Parts: sequence; C-alpha cells; structure tokens
Amino acid sequence: MIFLTRKADFSSSHYYWNDAWSPEENQRVFGKCANRNGHGHNYTLEVTVAGEINSTSGFVVDLKELKDILEREVVSVYDHRHLNLEVPEFKTAIPTTENIAIAIWRRLDNKIPNAKLHRVRVYEMPDLFADYYGEP
Amino acid sequence: MRAYLNRRYHFSASHRLHTEAYDAAKNRAVFGKCNNPHGHGHNYTVQVTFSGQVDPATGMVCNLADLDAFARTNLLDRFDHINLNTLDIFSNRVSTTENLTKEIYRIFQDFPSAHLERVHIEETSNNSFDFAGDMQPVPGIH
Repeated sequence: MIFLTRKADFSSSHYYWNDAWSPEENQRVFGKCANRNGHGHNYTLEVTVAGEINSTSGFVVDLKELKDILEREVVSVYDHRHLNLEVPEFKTAIPTTENIAIAIWRRLDNKIPNAKLHRVRVYEMPDLFADYYGEP
Repeated sequence: MRAYLNRRYHFSASHRLHTEAYDAAKNRAVFGKCNNPHGHGHNYTVQVTFSGQVDPATGMVCNLADLDAFARTNLLDRFDHINLNTLDIFSNRVSTTENLTKEIYRIFQDFPSAHLERVHIEETSNNSFDFAGDMQPVPGIH
C-alpha cells in the first residue's frame, strides 16, 4: 500500500456562531472568532489517498486527475467564499477546522478512482490543523 | 465524528547532553558537541495531537482557547527561555529531546477536554521526535 498526498489551497472567510446560544454565550465560547463580520484564513488542504501501484503507469492515482477532483469538489466551492453564507454544509455546521475536514471528506469520499481516501488534513494556519480519517 | 486537532507551540531553550554515569572523555565521545560545558540552544517546536468527537454545538474537538491556556501555563511558562538541565526532571536524566518528548507527553495527558494521541517535537528542522504512549500510530498520521 502506498500513501499519496496532494495539497491544494483556498482562502475563505468565516465566523463561529451557534444560533441556539445567546450572543453573550457565543462570545464567551468562541471569543474573537464570533465576530459576525467574519474573518479569513489561507487554508491548506492535504488529501492523502491509499492504494496499490498500477504496474503499467507506475501511479497509485493520476496526480493531474486528483488535482482536478480537488479543484472541482472543494476549491471551486470554498475559495474566495464566505463559508457560513455561501457553502451549503455550513448552513447547519459551524465551519471550524474540524468540521471543514469532515465536510471535505464527504465531498471526496468515493470520488477518487483506484484509491481509497485515507486522510483529510486542513491547515487553518501552519500552527493549527485538523485531521479526519472517516471515523464515526 | 472523531477528528484530530493538531496544535503547534514554540519555545527556545538551552541544554547540555551530559551524564554523571560517564567520565568526561566518554561524555565527549558519546555526546560530541552537545556536551559543550556551556550548553547550546534550540528553537523547539512542540506539536500536540488530540482526538475526540466533534461537539455538534461548537464544531470542535476541544476549545482551542482552553488548550492554549493549558499550554501557556504548563509548557511555555515552564520551558521557554530556560536551561532545560536546571529542571528537576533532568536532574537524573539527560536532556535529550527523546526524554523531553516523553515529559511533554506526560504533561499534556492532564489536559482534561480531549484525548492526547501524540507529541511530536522538532528540535531543529532536521531532527524530530514522536511519542504516542503505548498506541500504535495510525499510518500517515504525521
């Protein structure tokens, strides 16, 4: 089994807010992330897939094809968008780094030919990132 | 859903690799320039990985502000801009980054809000160390 990782970048705005809570509770839990005007990050996405090497091509997956899938399924939807307001999955889930990783997993799962999605890693900043392995 | 939160912290400290179990010549032979009597220093990066169910109310494995406050008190305030050899934990063990990694793992095990999976420490950009307790790391977790 070989693990292959492809990166992609997107820049998005977001804020953290739970409608079930009072403004004071949102402020207490989320701090400056609760600013309703939003703020933004340069996100880095790392997608790791696992598979066997095709003996003819020498590839696990065609990197160009993987790049195109990431562009179509994730980057074109998230890049230069407000995640809370413009991306459907974040109408109901707060766009934390953890939830972004889970949402990207759902967007990519079963869409990559000849390989199994192994890990979605999302960097909000170089010092803060979340991983999702498809675990319940 | 179970997710993994990774946070990196930075501190700078000096140390000297030396053990009373060896004589001066053997210390120099084993530890080389790291045995310099006056010590030397590094910019350490500590990467902690916590796992847990993502709380539907917050979207988080654990509150980052709580983790940062814990790290401020228990890691940065204790390790930043000091000589590691002056710490009690290194009074009878060499201040290698292997030993430092196990100590910092022990410290972060006390963070109450999520499960510590792993501590990864970069001593320099060329040297890094991992400790995950008795757990087998997930392939490709790094």
